[in-house]
Amino acid sequence: MTRLILDRKATVAGIERRLFLRQSLSLGVLSMLTGCDISDQDDVQSVLKLMSRWNDRAQAFLFRREALAPTYGESDVVRDFRYNAFFPAADAPKLSAADYRLELSGLIEDKRSWSVERLYTLPQQGQITRHVCVEGWSMIGKWSGPPLGDFLKRVGADLSAKYVGYQCADGYYGSIDMPTALHPQTIMAFKFADQILPVKYGYPFKVRIPTKLGFKNPKWVTTIFVTNRMPGGFWEDRGYNWFSGS
Amino acid sequence: MTASTPIETTSARDAQLHPVGRRIMHWVNALAILVMIGSGWRIYNYYPALPWHFGFPYYLTLGGDFTVTEAINNEDGLANALAWHFAAMWVLVLNFLAYLIVGVVSGHFRRDFLPVSPGAFARDFFAALRGRLGHQLGEYNAVQKVFYWGVLAAILVTILSGLSIWKPVQLKELTWLFGGYEFARVVHFFGMAAIVGFLVVHLALTALVPKTLVAMVFGRVSAPPHPKKGVLR
Repeated sequence: MTRLILDRKATVAGIERRLFLRQSLSLGVLSMLTGCDISDQDDVQSVLKLMSRWNDRAQAFLFRREALAPTYGESDVVRDFRYNAFFPAADAPKLSAADYRLELSGLIEDKRSWSVERLYTLPQQGQITRHVCVEGWSMIGKWSGPPLGDFLKRVGADLSAKYVGYQCADGYYGSIDMPTALHPQTIMAFKFADQILPVKYGYPFKVRIPTKLGFKNPKWVTTIFVTNRMPGGFWEDRGYNWFSGS
Repeated sequence: MTASTPIETTSARDAQLHPVGRRIMHWVNALAILVMIGSGWRIYNYYPALPWHFGFPYYLTLGGDFTVTEAINNEDGLANALAWHFAAMWVLVLNFLAYLIVGVVSGHFRRDFLPVSPGAFARDFFAALRGRLGHQLGEYNAVQKVFYWGVLAAILVTILSGLSIWKPVQLKELTWLFGGYEFARVVHFFGMAAIVGFLVVHLALTALVPKTLVAMVFGRVSAPPHPKKGVLR
């Protein structure tokens, strides 16, 4: 008798298991068939953002200032480097050397603005490095200019601050961590392939950061500021990871 | 007769195939792999690593609806896929490491995946082709053993090539090992392809022998799956 009941219980349990299995299976099939994608739900978005903040910290931890981006030979340089912005090249801001001033703000002692002429007096260095886009394409280019770290020291920036932010003539904006700003290969690129930086590549200068993805390398920079408050960025505000280091 | 006797009898007839830890790791891995593949396919579509012009169907990729993403993020759908990829990456890697450690320490690899030899693989492989390879729950034939080692290797290569794409400066030695940034993307793609290939076979065989699914969910099946003899006609 006992045995019979127990067996029956086992059978019931077996049926329940099978039912559960079938239901969970059909749920999976249903979500696949309807193409139900949970990405856009608010709570999923907040979990993904939380993980992105975590990835900022993990990448800052992995970053070593002495780790240099690989460099390449002159023959590897792509001459017809890809133009990349959220508008066509014809709409790129045309800044004139006569009117241009680089504005400085935030935790910087000497906030006097810089003309193109004065910027060109800074000692420059060249680099042949790989530009990696967040989309996956990459190109090797040659950029020359003074290290951003040297410039920040010269204008008396608070090097213990957390962020260096930038604003650009095209409305683009962004920010990087101070350790990356002080990396020896982070330069204010005045030249591309030994020529004065063309308009489409960011005249008068772009910040070239070979330890970051391409979108962290701003063109047509008009303001540099130093701050402890996270300034965010154009693409970061659209869901891309802020640190985006290489 | 006490009430416990039949239960013991039932238990004795059960085969404990997968301890609860392994089952949890299996399903966590399954979920992480699916998220990685779905988001990875969309990331691939934005700039294919391979010279042939093909992309994955949009509805098979993970990263939200194009128009909704455009509305809430003002962005065309890549950011979500990347966010998924770099979130699930942690789940995949930590779970994979835990599985490797438990597999070695518990003797699971030695007991269940070894020994395996090219001769045994050839014998079982041709037996399988002739439909003469039996399947016994809890005991892997040489083809299965090779397949499991293969997918573990594919996951490892995909993780390492993925790290070398993610950090081509901080981990530049690893990137160099994969033939540089561009080629590492190709390796990452074929690592994924190998995993997907495994998945197709894995799911097909699970459909043929559904008790393996029961075993991977509940750990045991309620009766001996086959008579002691392994080969079925």
